[in-house]
Amino acid sequence: MTYQVDKKGYYGEFGGAWIPEMMYANIEELKVKYLGIIHSYTFQNEFTQLLKDYVGRPSPLYYATRLSEHYGSHIYLKREDLNHTGSHKLNNTIGQILMAQKLGKTRIIAETGAGQHGLATATVCALKGLKCVVYMGALDVGRQAPNVKKMKMLGAEVIPVHSGNKTLKDATNEAMRDWINNPVDTHYIIGSVVGPHPYPDMVAIFQSVISKEMKSQLKAQTSNELPTRILACVGGGSNAAGAFYHYLDDQAVELIGVEAAGKGIDTHETAATLTVGSPGVLHASKTMLMQNADGQITEPYSISAGLDYPGIGPMHAHLFKSGRAKYLSATDEEVLQAALLLTQKEGIIPALESAHALAALNQLTLLPEETTVVNLSGRGDKDMQTYLDHFGY
Amino acid sequence: MDNRINTLFRQKKENILTIYFTAGYPSLDDTAFIIEQLEQAGAGMVEVGIPFSDPTADGSVIQQSSHQALENGMSLELLFKQLENIRDKVNIPLVLMGYFNPVLQYGVEEFCKKCHEVGIDGVILPDLPLHEYQENYQLIFEKYNVHNVLLITPQTSVERVKLIDSVSTGFIYMVSSSSTTGKNQKVEDFQKGYFEKIKELGLKTPTLIGFGISNNPTFMNACQYANGAIIGSAFIKALQYGDLTLEQAISNYIKGVINPG
Repeated sequence: MTYQVDKKGYYGEFGGAWIPEMMYANIEELKVKYLGIIHSYTFQNEFTQLLKDYVGRPSPLYYATRLSEHYGSHIYLKREDLNHTGSHKLNNTIGQILMAQKLGKTRIIAETGAGQHGLATATVCALKGLKCVVYMGALDVGRQAPNVKKMKMLGAEVIPVHSGNKTLKDATNEAMRDWINNPVDTHYIIGSVVGPHPYPDMVAIFQSVISKEMKSQLKAQTSNELPTRILACVGGGSNAAGAFYHYLDDQAVELIGVEAAGKGIDTHETAATLTVGSPGVLHASKTMLMQNADGQITEPYSISAGLDYPGIGPMHAHLFKSGRAKYLSATDEEVLQAALLLTQKEGIIPALESAHALAALNQLTLLPEETTVVNLSGRGDKDMQTYLDHFGY
Repeated sequence: MDNRINTLFRQKKENILTIYFTAGYPSLDDTAFIIEQLEQAGAGMVEVGIPFSDPTADGSVIQQSSHQALENGMSLELLFKQLENIRDKVNIPLVLMGYFNPVLQYGVEEFCKKCHEVGIDGVILPDLPLHEYQENYQLIFEKYNVHNVLLITPQTSVERVKLIDSVSTGFIYMVSSSSTTGKNQKVEDFQKGYFEKIKELGLKTPTLIGFGISNNPTFMNACQYANGAIIGSAFIKALQYGDLTLEQAISNYIKGVINPG
């Protein structure tokens, strides 16, 4: 079985490009050109150079001594939180801004939830001198204020979206509308492995540097490039896609995605799409969705704005359906405790999103000889208000 | 029985006014009444919108009407119930327009079957792309004599326009400009070059121009280049009718578009 996208843009039964005709020319151009551009010498040269000198890659693979003692098992953290702008998101936006330039686009749009992707997009637009418009749900503008201010300082226009429940799904709707209205000069930098083909594949390729580095770092540190398991949080699923990518065919490695259970998967306030969802079409992709019997998308909920999304990348829907990866979920409360544990055991304040992956450590049986890599996708600066409110410091 | 869309275009070649409205808006049970009033006022065809939670190709007016319709309790199942006896009173072609996911959840074959039963002649699903339609659904649509109406835009290449023409059966929906719905345009904004190019191709399928048509001048202008035009957002705005009755609001608006002054 292959876990990569097929010629029609599908992962098994999921994916495709369910676009209105208004987006056809743009998506077709991208589909025809993206692999050629990515594999060209000039692109690779500039991409790897920027990842090294600008993003700060390779990100360290850190053996978490006290956390390992706590769990009685070997735990490594892949430190995507140490990237410039504080998360894995920059890997993708660096790739896509170079792609946009090769396509001759001069205006960039993006959606954002937690603001990490918006920030990473605003950053590369400043780097390359391109105009940047970021759509962000009005609720998220409120709960992720520091990132909004950074985006503005970087010169981006941040447009609050007031439709729906004013979060990531609604920001994505508005970005798609923008692209329909501006088909010629604009490139849409989608922030996750979601949306129409070829976006899920393109974003996964840009994020795959995570697992590429992981392999050589594990080899150097443990003389075995294969860990027992890899844990990553999943909203749309880009950091997990990157962390899983080069291990997909290594069946010995257990791949575990962790969704946001919100207040619990048996409540209506959850974003655990694979647990409570069913197949459908949203944002131009056939994937697992949270929806009612009439096919209306239901509103997700999570304490973390970055995971507050009613869909999931088609690659994950396929990994779930095929059984190649396992998907767990963590509640808000479990996540806050996991964030506190990492902070006080290792001196690292994680992003709320990444803390979902950490929380899943409590749900697993970790044997002493096993090696678990947690993809620490982002840092917690943006979440300080939530942490302070909760812990009452 | 022949499809009413084909009959319409055989009998009338020009100035066909097609009106879109969202089912369940302004009130849940207005659907059949609005269709009847539209026919009486002079509309040549009606597009009944299936509301969707995430209408990514629509501007703010249809986003609002869809949201309100869903709040009112509209669903595809209820819509078919409301349309059960529509053919007792209405003769003009009726088309359902919406996003693919509600149709997928209903079941595409069940959906087409139901369309056929209640007398729906065509369907417009902008996010059902041509190749997915051809590979998976065309035979089902044909089995139930339901036309799948495809869109073209100013960005659509001539080659692709010809392909779409070859697959199309009812009419082609010519999107007037690169935009979401409801961007009101002035006559001078129209992309004449694009309209003329399409007209010169001499397509076998009739064409209707939509998006940005709002009043008599824009309607008449569009009709120079196609068999007619489609109005959506501007009509939905007219349904916020204040002191008028719903019937008066519809009749006034349609008269204003077809026969002003």
